[in-house]
Amino acid sequence: MTTATTINPADTAMVDRGPAEQDTILDIRNLQVFYSTPTGDVRAVDNVSFKVQRGEIIGLVGESGCGKTTTAMAILRLVQPPGRIAGGEINLDSVNLADLEGDDLRETRWTKLSLIPQGAMNSLNPVMRISSQIKDTIRTHEGKISNRELKERILQLLQLVGLPSRVYDMYPHELSGGMKQRACIAMAIALDPVLVIADEPTSALDVVVQRVVGETLLDVKERLGVSMIVIGHDMGLMAQLVDRLAVMYAGRIVEFAPVESIFNEQFHPYTQLLIESIPSIKEKKPLKLTEGLTHDLRTDMQGCIFQLRCPHVMDICREENPPMRALRNRHETACHLYDDDGVRLH
Amino acid sequence: MAPLLDIKKATKIYGGGMLSASPVTVALQDYDLTIEESPATITTIAGESGSGKSTLANLVLGFTDLTSGQIIYRGRNLAEMTAQERIDYRREVQAVFQDPYAVYNPFYRVKHVFDLIIRNFKMASSKAEARDMIEDSLNVVGMRGEEVLEKYPHQLSGGQRQRMMMARAYMLKPKLIVADEPVSMVDASLRAMILDIMLRLRDEEGMSFLYITHDLSTAYQIGDHIYLLYQGSVAESGETAAVIENPKHPYVQLLLDSIPVPDPSVKWGGDEATTIDDEEMRVSVDSGCRFYPRCTQRMDRCLEATPMPFQVGANNHNASCFLYDEEAKILA
Repeated sequence: MTTATTINPADTAMVDRGPAEQDTILDIRNLQVFYSTPTGDVRAVDNVSFKVQRGEIIGLVGESGCGKTTTAMAILRLVQPPGRIAGGEINLDSVNLADLEGDDLRETRWTKLSLIPQGAMNSLNPVMRISSQIKDTIRTHEGKISNRELKERILQLLQLVGLPSRVYDMYPHELSGGMKQRACIAMAIALDPVLVIADEPTSALDVVVQRVVGETLLDVKERLGVSMIVIGHDMGLMAQLVDRLAVMYAGRIVEFAPVESIFNEQFHPYTQLLIESIPSIKEKKPLKLTEGLTHDLRTDMQGCIFQLRCPHVMDICREENPPMRALRNRHETACHLYDDDGVRLH
Repeated sequence: MAPLLDIKKATKIYGGGMLSASPVTVALQDYDLTIEESPATITTIAGESGSGKSTLANLVLGFTDLTSGQIIYRGRNLAEMTAQERIDYRREVQAVFQDPYAVYNPFYRVKHVFDLIIRNFKMASSKAEARDMIEDSLNVVGMRGEEVLEKYPHQLSGGQRQRMMMARAYMLKPKLIVADEPVSMVDASLRAMILDIMLRLRDEEGMSFLYITHDLSTAYQIGDHIYLLYQGSVAESGETAAVIENPKHPYVQLLLDSIPVPDPSVKWGGDEATTIDDEEMRVSVDSGCRFYPRCTQRMDRCLEATPMPFQVGANNHNASCFLYDEEAKILA
């Protein structure tokens, strides 16, 4: 199942903010990541396909356990046993990462794609100065560089993420949470990668610091033209940050659309649920209660993966898995409720 | 009648022992709070990390002692309670914590958390009675005993675990539940369920909550009163709706402006976000307003004295900021 982003020329109401189709950086096709357990494989990521264009931020949202972090780890080839990439392609600049081994893989990581890890608090080495950690990264990949040149480069990086130059000589414990997170961003862009993956970059930070980190990410994207995949579950933050948003549920993408479009109109019932459950500070609204179980991920479920929780479940949902379809201009969803033009059938 | 909980001039200072050379950390300073016994209310304590909100929870729960000031529960000072009073206090003031994964012992079935308190407080005289009590409290949070009690913690979802903690607190029929970030680790779709339980316990069972959070939007949805802390002092307090709809303190305005709006066409608003580095905080301002280094509307007098709460609206809406010092304005 390839998610072709067909643009209907008749429908020009939506402004197409994304870059041109040919500028695809990352092309994921039918990615499957399984975790083996004694009672069978858990299908953590099942048939996920999407593309990332140059200079674009893709958001990946969904509840815990829906496979968003596993997808990111698969792109970085960091899936650890008992997990494995069971199938599919991860094409980065027309190289299939799923096939890379050894030195080729080492070289690609960080020079072409890098990671801003979850919980920056714990991802810096506590006994090394910030500058030494960034130096390490650069030297490992680029070999011998004079100290002066290196220092200049690191100071530039720090400036780029809005950190004062005295951070150069500081240890991680001397920095606040937001500063550590920005140091991680500096490290992630040190080698000028084409794709940066940020795994919940602001989840442990309070709103003011979250905003500073978010604005840093946007600024870095503007200046370097780097593509990003941002993982999170805060829909408010996603609305501020990303260009296109992918909603994941139980290992699959159920809706994928430009961010304006998805906040404007949600097709998949799960996306509707997600948007409705955002707490607001503008109006008091009754709490939206949702009870439901995700199916056992060890079985390949017949029909739609959301049928157990869906308020609009129909007979066809129990029999046939809805394919991912482009309903309107770049707005794709996998749901039986709509016809090809996005008109609701029931 | 004495209020349910009355905190007077509570100050908590960490560090600064006789041999310690490092500067002390003032986690909470001259903090006042009153929760009336009835009607039951949800009082929100909000603020960024390091603002002292968890210190307050620890103080109320008796995990740590005050440096100065008093915590008075129904007319009895927490520090002077007898052993029996302390036991009663422990029963009537319950806690729900942030991490629904860490509060269970993974080696026991989840039933264990209920068995423990029934045994501790000698709540039931027979197994059948105990069983009924557990079932009853699980029903309140929308769960059934046969589905969950015999399972191990890892077999339950995060939302289920947090609801069980609510059920456990409810079973003791407490007067006050200290909920320390109860929804910050629960998925968005399950968050509403936990908040709804809190509302129902307040309205149907008359239990008050001390709701500690950094998420102002959930506080707005369920809270009655709110106290916004900044570095151990109250920046602004009042009725939740009044404070959030019409914030007065520059810090609270910055906080509210920084909440990302779930609408791509509305970008972060207000003044540019300001943060300062950790080492500049706390120790930098010995007297004067603690928000001074970050404030966009600071004045010279903010450095000279610590601002007291000034009334800025109806129903005890107060902001600790010299911008609202009416007397000074008249003099000037």
